[in-house]
Amino acid sequence: MARGQTGTSGRRKANGSEAAPKTAAPSATKEELLEYYREMLLIRRFEERAGQLYGMGLIGGFCHLYIGQEAIAVGCQAAKRPGDQMITGYRDHGHMLVCGMDPKEVMAELTGRSGGSSRGKGGSMHMFSTEAAFYGGHGIVGAQVSLGTGLALANAYRGDGKVAFAYYGDGAANQGQVYESFNMAQVWKLPVIYCIENNEYAMGTAIDRSSSETKLYKRGISFNIPGEEVDGMDVLAVKAAAERACEHCRAGKGPYILELKTYRYRGHSMSDPAKYRTREEVDEVRKTRDPIDHCEDLLEKNGWADEAALKAIDAEVKRIVAEAAEFARTSPEPDPSELYTDVYTEA
Amino acid sequence: MPALSPTMEEGTLAKWHVKVGDKISSGDVIAEIETDKATMEVEAVDEGEIAELLVAEGTEEVKVNAIIARLKGDGAPASKPADAPAQPVPEVSADPNPQPASRAEAKGDPARTSAPAAAAPASSLKDPDLPEGVNLVKVTVRDALRDGMAEEMRRDPDVFLMGEEVAQYQGAYKVSRGLLDEFGPKRVIDTPITEHGFAGIGVGAAMAGLKPIVEFMTFNFAMQAIDHIINSAAKTLYMSGGQIKCSIVFRGPNGAAARVGAQHSQDYGAWYAHVPGLKVLAPYDSADAKGLMKAAIRDPNPVVFLEHEMLYGQEFDVPEGVDWVVPIGKAKIRRVGSDVTLVAYSRMVGFCLQAAEKLAEEGIEAEVVDLRTLRPMDIGTVIESIKKTNRVVTVEEGWGPMGVGAEISAKAVELAFDYLDAPPARVHQEDVPLPYAANLELLSMPSVERIVAAAKAVTYR
Repeated sequence: MARGQTGTSGRRKANGSEAAPKTAAPSATKEELLEYYREMLLIRRFEERAGQLYGMGLIGGFCHLYIGQEAIAVGCQAAKRPGDQMITGYRDHGHMLVCGMDPKEVMAELTGRSGGSSRGKGGSMHMFSTEAAFYGGHGIVGAQVSLGTGLALANAYRGDGKVAFAYYGDGAANQGQVYESFNMAQVWKLPVIYCIENNEYAMGTAIDRSSSETKLYKRGISFNIPGEEVDGMDVLAVKAAAERACEHCRAGKGPYILELKTYRYRGHSMSDPAKYRTREEVDEVRKTRDPIDHCEDLLEKNGWADEAALKAIDAEVKRIVAEAAEFARTSPEPDPSELYTDVYTEA
Repeated sequence: MPALSPTMEEGTLAKWHVKVGDKISSGDVIAEIETDKATMEVEAVDEGEIAELLVAEGTEEVKVNAIIARLKGDGAPASKPADAPAQPVPEVSADPNPQPASRAEAKGDPARTSAPAAAAPASSLKDPDLPEGVNLVKVTVRDALRDGMAEEMRRDPDVFLMGEEVAQYQGAYKVSRGLLDEFGPKRVIDTPITEHGFAGIGVGAAMAGLKPIVEFMTFNFAMQAIDHIINSAAKTLYMSGGQIKCSIVFRGPNGAAARVGAQHSQDYGAWYAHVPGLKVLAPYDSADAKGLMKAAIRDPNPVVFLEHEMLYGQEFDVPEGVDWVVPIGKAKIRRVGSDVTLVAYSRMVGFCLQAAEKLAEEGIEAEVVDLRTLRPMDIGTVIESIKKTNRVVTVEEGWGPMGVGAEISAKAVELAFDYLDAPPARVHQEDVPLPYAANLELLSMPSVERIVAAAKAVTYR
């Protein structure tokens, strides 16, 4: 497992080339692993299609794709209990798909249609589902860390045993309110897991150009918050770490930090040509660390899925994504009367 | 031809990385595109074999959505042509960001322009009737605020108070005196001095269904937290299509105290009243302080509750032994008059009442309208008064430009133009940071004398 894994100084070699070996013996059943595979593939195909719809002008504004980081959302979800909350920034499509939101309504929100999860009024960066305990979808870098700590305050206040997962990137990790939140979370022993999705680049700024301490799991040291570095490209390592973090939180010991080392294959947003890194760097990660390939290897090595089975999963995922895209294209735009709804609530 | 940014309409196909017959799979770079901003690599989304390259390398001004290549189709729905919008894909797409039909319709929506006069009746809300024989007792504004919070905390276990020095210290201005003893540390929470963080934590707790009262030691410090008040609290209901509610009260003293200098002396009324999604309250006396506090806590929306340090120690009547809840969005006529309307909120209401007494000595009868709520503003009550007096003076502690008085003046002109016998007049803080020196501070702030002078000016006396 990833606990105690040494950090990576070789970022230029596409970070992680020094990372600990991938999980050897899977700590999951065949059914579980197949489900993780399916979920990761769903995110990837969904995001590829979102990129395509963006290129066609059907999705507007900003659109941040999750491709490459799939194992984090899926691995953490596997450790969650029903009712545990989740909140993240604007790279949020993957989290929504794993927490049970309908891919159709997620895609339709991207296209700004009435069938979207926010009825077209939120867009890519602002989606929510009270049913799935998904609290967004936030466009201000770092805001979700304080808000997620507030979700945990509500859990502690009610004593309901729930844990809040607050996801943010290596960029948000330098925001002041992150540390204000660390401090209060530990003083008040709030059940919150800070999941840092370290994809090495805050938009175009490499982590070693922006951060005096690049081992982000250490950022809790002066708040006495335990942290660990995790191979965020290994869904089972993520799951195991998230389970440890949940156990810590549910035992009333306060917050926990997971630094999940990952990589995004695409630009920061659709309009980012990603000239701050080389094509070779990206290719190297895709070839050697891809979370879906890794899961596929595990399935095959254990004899849990042959090529035909994997193809069947791929076909199913493609069908779901095609249906979502079709729905997102044909769902009508919101009625003009929606302009003035939801500014205030009566109840 | 993909759009690489929200504003891109065309680009140059700089380079092909594939040729006819090449097999490609998802993620492969197939071409390079140049725009005036950047050069980008185009990645394939689908798998297949290149059947045809339709745009030659180096072609400029290729419109977004134009088809640049075709795959040898297996006819799968994932292939690009089949995925185009409902109609057959045009070879050149005219507009990557088609204007939604609804936008033109929305332009005709009368709600987009300010409401016409007929649509602005005075709010029909009214203060609760007092039962017969109810006692009125003198209570300071400070204690009225505390009593309002305490009653709501007894009524609803989801209500709690958090902020700097609210618990053990009993409140920096003693507004929360006694609350820790009654409700304990779980519901009266001392925070570190981290406004940005604890405001966000409060909003997060509200999103999860609790009803926090977040005290700012003064609203000057809330500027550190204003992102959460506006971006997180005020907008999330809308952005979530009505799913995520945020019942929270942000409260604390607002405006200028005395001799504390520019950074600690500011009226944020106009700032917050500018923002859809927020309700903004600024009471004057103890009954309103208590009744509006209870209304604010019960309200399912985020409420900014602006108190005033200079009023905390003043005593006013409060009804005893009743569940006193004052409606949000209802102004109050504090003094009836026929010659000029004075409109104010918070501490300036007291200034206006004093000015009205002075004006009465000179035979000018001023009507004083206490806004109490800045958003949603009861502009109807203001307009009805103006229709009677034909003259209006607005009074606020904030700066004049883009201020509350500017808004009321605009509404007066829009809704009561034919009734005005003089241009609206504004009294406000001078357009400078508040100075420390006693004499300059006095010169900068609105005063009873200035209100009197403005009232005389609009009555041509």
